[in-house]
Formats: sequence, structure tokens, C-alpha cells
Amino acid sequence: MNERHGYKMKLKNHRGFILLLLLLIIPLVAESNYLYSTLVIIGLYAIIVQGLGILMGYAGQVSFGHAAFFGLGGYTAAILTTRFHWPTLLALFASAILPGIIAGLIGRQTLKLRELYLALATLSFGILVHIFFNEGGELTGGPSGMSGIPNLSIGSFEFDSDQKFYMLVWLVLLMLLIGIYNLVHSRTGRALCSIRESEYAAENAGIDCARLKLQAFVFSALLAGLAGGLYAFYVTFISPSPFSFHTSVQFVLMAVIGGLGTFWGPVIGAVVVVALNELLREIVPLLIPGAGGEYQIIIYGVILVGLMIFQPKGLSGIGQYFRIPLKKQLKTDVKIRG
Amino acid sequence: MLLELSGVTKHFGGIAAVKDIGFSVAEGSIVALIGPNGAGKTTLFNIITGTLPPEKGSIAIKGRDIVGLKPFEIASAGITRTFQNLQLFSNMTVLENVMAGAHLRSKKGFIRSFFTFPGNCREERKIREESLTLLEDIGLVETAGLFASELPFGKQRLLEIARALASHPALVLLDEPAAGLNPAETEILTGYLKELKTKGTAMILIEHDMQTVMEAADRIVVLNFGQMIAEGTPAEIQANTEVIKAYLGEDEKIA
Repeated sequence: MNERHGYKMKLKNHRGFILLLLLLIIPLVAESNYLYSTLVIIGLYAIIVQGLGILMGYAGQVSFGHAAFFGLGGYTAAILTTRFHWPTLLALFASAILPGIIAGLIGRQTLKLRELYLALATLSFGILVHIFFNEGGELTGGPSGMSGIPNLSIGSFEFDSDQKFYMLVWLVLLMLLIGIYNLVHSRTGRALCSIRESEYAAENAGIDCARLKLQAFVFSALLAGLAGGLYAFYVTFISPSPFSFHTSVQFVLMAVIGGLGTFWGPVIGAVVVVALNELLREIVPLLIPGAGGEYQIIIYGVILVGLMIFQPKGLSGIGQYFRIPLKKQLKTDVKIRG
Repeated sequence: MLLELSGVTKHFGGIAAVKDIGFSVAEGSIVALIGPNGAGKTTLFNIITGTLPPEKGSIAIKGRDIVGLKPFEIASAGITRTFQNLQLFSNMTVLENVMAGAHLRSKKGFIRSFFTFPGNCREERKIREESLTLLEDIGLVETAGLFASELPFGKQRLLEIARALASHPALVLLDEPAAGLNPAETEILTGYLKELKTKGTAMILIEHDMQTVMEAADRIVVLNFGQMIAEGTPAEIQANTEVIKAYLGEDEKIA
């Protein structure tokens, strides 16, 4: 009977994967570059927030510094290709690995901190790295950044259009999602959740919390770095401004809006927050003639506050109104077994 | 001997929370730890499980010194525990709680978890079956799919015990397992502990309910103000004047 339960669960989650695959077919029907560039950004953010979701939603550790890893990935790719003429694919790998190593080094100390203190430590790290981008002189190009980053190419195939890049980013996201799906449904995923619930009890059940938290932190930094590398190759120009504290807050916001500790939450959060930003930019001036940016921000804020009041566990929980909760399915299965 | 303590001492500020504690637990036996509130019983549990470092003394399981090891290392050496103020994984299901308790029964790490499909994992299926069996034994299998926080208090206590047993430990430390249970639940618990003992699991039991203690324990250790004032079989303890003094006061006489 447990087999049956497993099957049901897989089917249910497959719906999401099928939807994603359908998204990959968009290029066959649509021709708008604006749409693709928005979707590329959503995809990159979704990659980052998926990693952050493992750290925050599963392991229960907050980070307000993930824009730094995003930026480190971007700058790694930019510097290696323009200054050192590395092959782009190799630079992309490096752009994931370097932030991972840095996360490993700083995580060893900072992850001993809890809640607010951890938030402050990661926040300071983020600010520090942002200052480094600004003041890096020759290496980072300072506030004006660096241009001339080549297009990403695999062999002779070059990702030179929004459309191609869109396919690449969402394919990477899809593959990562499969891995993360495995992860959260495994022994490791369960152990991460138990750290979130009670580190004290988890430790006494034989779970090496310090090690697991560090692994989750490094994993989330790897994904943020990878997204940063992809970003650099997509925009082919890099400057410090997209990697500020504000961006870190946005990532946390996406994770929370989508639903912490849920599998699809981060993707939903990335879609909703980016789409909301874009829509408001289009719609607000139509509704209120002559409205400036401040109106957008106010309406944006009101909507987010509303979401948090009416759906505090995140948007991915909305599905519960439409189908049988998972735990009930399991209960009936257990009954059948007994 | 399964567990041997000697000279275990710990101060909080100037106060000796536990002082010079030494006793041992034989394999497959139940030792009850009793004493008035504040006697240092839970502190001693925290020291044995590695949550608090002792200042002095040695603790050995199966002859292996465990002082200075981290709690998760002590758990993998075969000691798990329950908590007086429950520490369940509230937002996980009852089944997931037990499966998390069985963490040490499987091996797959972060990277391998990322690359293995959950449906293909034999290890995982084994843990799941074992956990359901454990829940059946302790009478919680009907609630396997509920969140731990949705259980009534008494069942939460039982779930903590199930979680502590899931890793097949050699020794379980039970911190007031019968607190808050009604008489019927207490009776089920006592029976279950005895049955567990016949299967070879040793236990140290902190308990205020004397009936449970006298019925279940092979030996009793009595603490008062951090000191060990008596150790012996239930019959010996019942006759010990020191113990009666500690529990009932200096000048009282027992009729």
C-alpha cells in the first residue's frame, strides 16, 4: 500500500514538472523579446530562491546576504572571461564553485549564530561584498562595472538570443528542481526539516546539525553563484547595483511569499514577485495618469502585506483549497495497510 | 556494563547541580532516577547526552569514553533520549518524526540524496516499514499521517518515545515519560517499557510516579541537591531512611 502512496505522490508532483516542460515550448508560439527577458530573470531568481528555500524553508536558517553570492558568481564569470580569457563554460562552473567555497568558509562560523544574529551576520556579509564590488578598482571595474562579457557558448553553439537563453535557464532550473525534489523527499530532507523544528532534538537523534546546515548553506550559495554566472553571460555587462542588500531582501521575500518549506514555493514566489513588479509598472500609469514610481511601490507593498495576512504560509498553500490534503491521503493509506 | 558513570560533577555558578555522581546501567536493565525537583536529574541527562559538558568525571558506554563528544556522536554511540518539555518536530507528520529518529539507520548524504530518485530508494522503504511497525507497537499507527502538533498530549509523549527508539539505541533516557498521562495511558506505557526491556533495550527513567518506578525499575538511583544519596533495588530504596528524609522532610516519621 505504501507503494501506492508513493505513486500518488509522484503523480501529483509530476503535474508541476509537466507544466514547466510546457513553459519550455513557449518559444515555439511567442515572439516577444520582452517576455523572454522577463522569463530569464524569473528563471534565474527561481534558481536562487530554490537554494535559499532549502536553507530557509527546510533547514530553518535565515540569510539576508544571498545577493552577495549572486554577485560573486556574476563577477567571477565576468572577470575570468574578460580579464583571463577563460572558456565561457568553464567560467560558468567557476562562478558556481567560488561562491560555494566562500560560503563554506564563512558558514563554519556564522551558522553557529541563531535567528536574528544569523540574519545580521549574513546581512553584513552581503553589504561587505557589495562594497568590494564598488571599490574593487581594476579588478571589478568599480561602480561603473565591466562590459564586454562574451556570450555563453557550448562547443560552437552560442547562446546569443533571449530565446536561446530562456531555454537554457529554464532547462537548468528544471534539472535542479528534479534534484531538489529528490533531496527534500530523502533522508537528508527530513533531517533538514528536523533541524528547523528542533535543533536540540535533531542533534539528540544523531543528526549532525552543524554539518548539515553548512551543506545547505553551501548548496544555496552554489545555486546563487550559478545564477549569477548565467546572469553575467545573459546581460554581458555587470555592475554592483543589482547585487545590493535590496536584492537579498527580494530573495527572502520570494521565498516567504511562495511558501517556506514547500517544494514549488520558490518558483511561485519568483514568478509572483517579478510579475507583480512588471505588471505594476505597466498598469499603474494606465490607472492613475501621471503616477510616479512611488505609487507602484505603495501598491506593491499593500499587495504583499495582504498576501502575508491572508496566506501567511505562502502562495503554494493555495492548492489546499482545491484538493485533498496530502496528510489525509496518507492516513487512508495507513488504514488500508493496518 | 553498558553505561558507567563515575565522579560526574557540574556546577552552575556556585551551586553544584550534580556532584560526584557514579553508577552504572547493566545491559537490558531499567534504572530509575528519582529525587525532588531541582535534584539534578535532567542536568545529569544533559551531561550524559553531551548537551552539557561535565567538569569532572568519566562517562563510558560499552567501555568507550564519551565525555567531550557532541550529542549526535553520542546518539550514534547508542544513547538517545526524550525530553521533559516535549521537543517534537511539530510541523512534520507522526511518521516523519519517527523516520527522522531513524536517521542513524541509513547512510545517504546530501549529494547522494540530490542524485537519487526517492522512489528508487530501498533504504528509504525499509526505514518507512520499520517506523510504521514501531508506531503500531506503541499504538500510534492510526495517527501516522497527522502532524505531531495535532496529537493529544499523552500521545505526543508516546511519539517522543517512539522517535527515541527508532535508531535502535542500546540505552534510552526517558525524562518523565508518564507526566501528564492518565492512569490508563500510564499502564500501557509501563507495560511497553517492560516489553522493550525484554527485547534488550536498557533505560534510565526519570519519574515521579512511584508506582511506575517501583514496578518497572531494576535499580533506583536517588538524587537530592545534586548528590547521590542512595542506590539500590526498589525494595532497598523503600527501606532507606535517607530517602524518606529527602522526600518527606527531616522530622517526619513514617508510620
